[in-house]
Order: sequence, then structure tokens, then C-alpha cells
Amino acid sequence: MNTTVNPQYIDIQGVEQVFRTKKGPFCALQNVNLKVAKGEFVALIGHSGCGKSTLLNLLAGLTQPTQGVLLCANREIGGPGPERAVVFQNHSLLPWLTCFENVYLAVERVFAATESKARLKARTDAVLAMVGLSAAAQKRPGEISGGMKQRVGIARALSMEPKVLLLDEPFGALDALTRAKLQDELLQIVANTQSTVIMVTHDVDEAVLLSDKIVMMTNGPSATIGEVLSVDLPRPRNRVELAESTGYLYYRKAVIDFLYTRQAHVEKITA
Amino acid sequence: MVSAVFHSPRETVPQAASGAERSATHSIAGNAGAISAKPEKHLKNAATTRPPRDFSAPWMRVLPPLLGLALLAVLWEVVSIATKASIPSPKDTFLQAVVLFSDPFYRNGPNDQGVGWNVLSSLKRVAMGFGLAAIVGIPVGFLIGRFTFLSHMFNPLISLMRPVSPLAWLPIGLLVFKGADPAAIWTIFICSIWPMIINTAVGVQRVPQDYMNVARVLNLSEWKIVTKILFPSVLPYMLTGVRLAVGTAWLVIVAAEMLTGGVGIGFWVWDEWNNLNVKNIIIAIFVIGIVGLMLEYTLIKLATAFTFEEVKN
Repeated sequence: MNTTVNPQYIDIQGVEQVFRTKKGPFCALQNVNLKVAKGEFVALIGHSGCGKSTLLNLLAGLTQPTQGVLLCANREIGGPGPERAVVFQNHSLLPWLTCFENVYLAVERVFAATESKARLKARTDAVLAMVGLSAAAQKRPGEISGGMKQRVGIARALSMEPKVLLLDEPFGALDALTRAKLQDELLQIVANTQSTVIMVTHDVDEAVLLSDKIVMMTNGPSATIGEVLSVDLPRPRNRVELAESTGYLYYRKAVIDFLYTRQAHVEKITA
Repeated sequence: MVSAVFHSPRETVPQAASGAERSATHSIAGNAGAISAKPEKHLKNAATTRPPRDFSAPWMRVLPPLLGLALLAVLWEVVSIATKASIPSPKDTFLQAVVLFSDPFYRNGPNDQGVGWNVLSSLKRVAMGFGLAAIVGIPVGFLIGRFTFLSHMFNPLISLMRPVSPLAWLPIGLLVFKGADPAAIWTIFICSIWPMIINTAVGVQRVPQDYMNVARVLNLSEWKIVTKILFPSVLPYMLTGVRLAVGTAWLVIVAAEMLTGGVGIGFWVWDEWNNLNVKNIIIAIFVIGIVGLMLEYTLIKLATAFTFEEVKN
């Protein structure tokens, strides 16, 4: 592993996010503090409406906090940028471009200034091969399955060689089998690229299987970080072996305890 | 439950059983029945009902439109007889059409030209007026869609102008351009521009936020945003605008040409009315209809070719 691990590669300090709504101000996040080391895989977990995606949007720079500051590599996150790639929940591929063109758009943006066209194309081909989609490169998103679309989304994010990979419930809309397959692929890819990953999820197994650190959030409004659980399971991880390991079950139990005992979700009736 | 007792003897056998059992036996029996019955049924269907349906399907598609046309011909014939042939019969009109279309591109002076020239010069006016409307309307639509300020500024104006019949603008055109031809083009321009502006603006306003987020995360240049995201996602809306505009333009050109004169299908109708040549008027009506249909069909094909599935959540 890297010997000079920066323990605060991403540093979230006292972040508060208040949305102005028609019914008055709505405080989504309050007093959020988190440090993420370089190369760490962090899962954000919590009930729906707890501000996980709000926090991810802040990290992506798509929104700005009303209070506090977010740092990435000691620089304030001022807006979105290709060094923090996002994989969106609904893949967000452009339907009029082929898979290749969707990825190429990102590759071109990041590397066109320094590399030749042939090199850009080779990069695109390589990253599509990495997610196993070489055969579908010339297809449009409408012609491939949901799992494949999400893989193109991941390929697009990875193609930019981002410092940080932000995943917003990337497998939420997929069936269980496809999801497991993509999780395994993601584990493999992250192991190879050593990226820093922050992933929003509400799947306990996914969080334990993939992450080094599970950030559990309290219920909104005014959600904050309730607890941070370090997952010390050896890598590479194998879902079949893990299913029986006591460590895995311990972490799983810890997350479930937090979510369903201490933060039992009370669904508020709103019109 | 109790009511089951009063059912016919055949039904009481399964229904007399208790609720859970009954439904269980029912479903099992039902399944077994379905499994054993289905293949036979399918075979029967395949053997008896399928082949005739295969034959009738294309017939059913061709027959109703043919019947419709036949009905039109019959009504027409009746009207023709009732008016003592002052409305010419379908047969006479058809014979006249054969004569007319055997030489569509003759020229005997400015007021006596073949039907082909008339249609072409009308199409040329529509193309010019419409083309100008597209050149002005699409960028204006983009601006109005992109900036709320402009949208608030121009919406009242558009609402005020849009319901006005484009022919009301014809005198203004004649006054300003001092010529029949540019005035007709001006009228087409006015009637085509509203659907272009409105549909483009709506398209821009409805670009999914997801795509814009992608643009922001990838940090795309303004040029890439316009060419790779805005333009393709607005294109289907724009083509709807184009279709509406061309449809209206084709309606308006006939009326405009009747007023302005010169060469054109609208003028031709009026000219044949002055000649009291009703056969040619009826032929002109068909020509106008067929050309309009072809324009519409082409644009619908074009629109479907550029429509892509949206991101669904």
C-alpha cells in the first residue's frame, strides 16, 4: 500500500446544507465532519431522506454548502470537475450517443489537451473493455440492458482517471444478480486503480462487502453522521467466503443495529 | 361459502370443500387443466383460425381506406348528378387530371403554366418563408428557453401575436416589400415562426437536469454542451415545431396566393374559378391535399429518426 497515506485526503468540516423551500428553510444536513484517506472506500448509508445524496452532491460540487467547507487534496471544492467523477443513480447516459461516444466525451474533455486522437480512442476502448463492454461499444444506451448502462456510466467515470469516484446508489435500480456481479467488478476495478471511492447506498451487504469505512447517517431533517464503522476485513474480498465469516456478520449486525434499532425510521406523513 | 350449496350439482363438488383447500384444489386442478388443455388448444388454433387471420390482416388494413375513398366517390357522383354536372363527376375530373398531368410543366405565358410549376412555386415560397422562420425562430426559441428573463419578456408578445391570422399580415408585407412574392413569403414567415419559437423554447426548458449534471461534472465547454446535449435533446421538440409550421404554412400559402396572384397553386385555384373550370379546382384540391400529406409524412419520419429514449428513473 501507499506509505504516505494522507489521512485527510477529503476533509469535510462542519458542513450544513439548508434548502430554501416554499414551506420555509429545510435543513438537510447539519454539522457533518468526515475525513477520508486517499485510496479509501467509504460507504454512506442511512434511511432514505437522510441526506446521503445531498452530501454526495456537495462532494461532487454540484451544490454548495450553506455552512462549513469541503476540501479535496487540501483545496476547497468550488464546483464540479472531472477529478471527482460521479456515477449517477440513473446512469445519465446521453441517449443519442453510442456507448463509445458517451465515454469518449469524458475522455476527450480530460485528455484532449495532452494526447493524440488515437490515444484518446485507445483509452476509451480500454475502459470499455475493463467493464466488459467492448462488444456493445457501438450500441446506443436504448439498445442495452440496465446493468450494461450502469457499467457504461462507471466506465465514463473511470475513464477520466478521477482522484475521487463518487457513486450515488449506482446499483440501486438493478436486479440482485446483476448488482452482485457489478459489485464484484467494482471491487476488482478499485483494487486495480487504487481510487478513493465514496458511495451512497442503502444496502447493508453492499456497504460491508465493498467498504473500508461505513459512515452511518442519522435520520433527517438536520441529518448528521451518527457513527463511523471501520471494516477490517482482509482484501481481496469474496462474497461467498465472507457470507460465513464471523467478521462479516459482526459488521453487518453493527450496521443493522444502527439502522433499525437506534435510527428506526419513522415515516412522516407528508401530503 | 354457504351459497355454494345452492349452486348447480356440478359446481358443488369443489366448492363444498373448505376455503383454503378449495382454492388449493382449484388452482391445482386449474393448472393441470391448463397444462393438458393448452397444447391442444394451440394446435387447434394453429390448424383452424390462424391461416385465415394471416390472410385477412393485410386486407383489413387496405380495405377500410379503400371503402372510405369509394364512399367519397359515390357521394361526389351523387352531388354531381344532383347539381346537373355543374360539379363535374369523378370520371370527368379523372379524365381531365390525366390530360393535366400528362404535361405538368408547360409554360404559355405567366398566367398559364402547368400544374407542376404552380405546385413548385408554392413550395418554393413555403420553403423560403419557412426557412427564414427557422433561421430566426430556432435561435430565438433557444434564448427564450434558456433565460427566464427573456421568456417573461417575450411570452406576452407571442401570446398576443400567435392567434392573429397570418393573412392579416399580408397588407403589411405588401406595404413594406412592395411586391406580391415577398409579401406571400412574409405571410408564411409569420405563420411558421410561432410554432418554431414555442416548441424550441419548451424543448430547451425540458432538457433533463441529469444531462446538465453530466455536463457540469464532465466540465464540458459551452460549445460541447450546445452540440452534444442541448441540441440533440431539443431536436425532437424542434422537429415538432417544424411539422406544425410546415402544416400551417401549406394551409396559408393557398389563401395568400389567391390574394397576391402570380404563379402558385393558390393562384391557380382562383384563376380556374375565374375561368369557371371546376374540374381543375377539384384537381387542385387533391393536389394540395396530397402535397400536404407528403410534407407531413416526411417530417414525421424525420422526427422519429431523431427521437431517443429519455433517461427514466
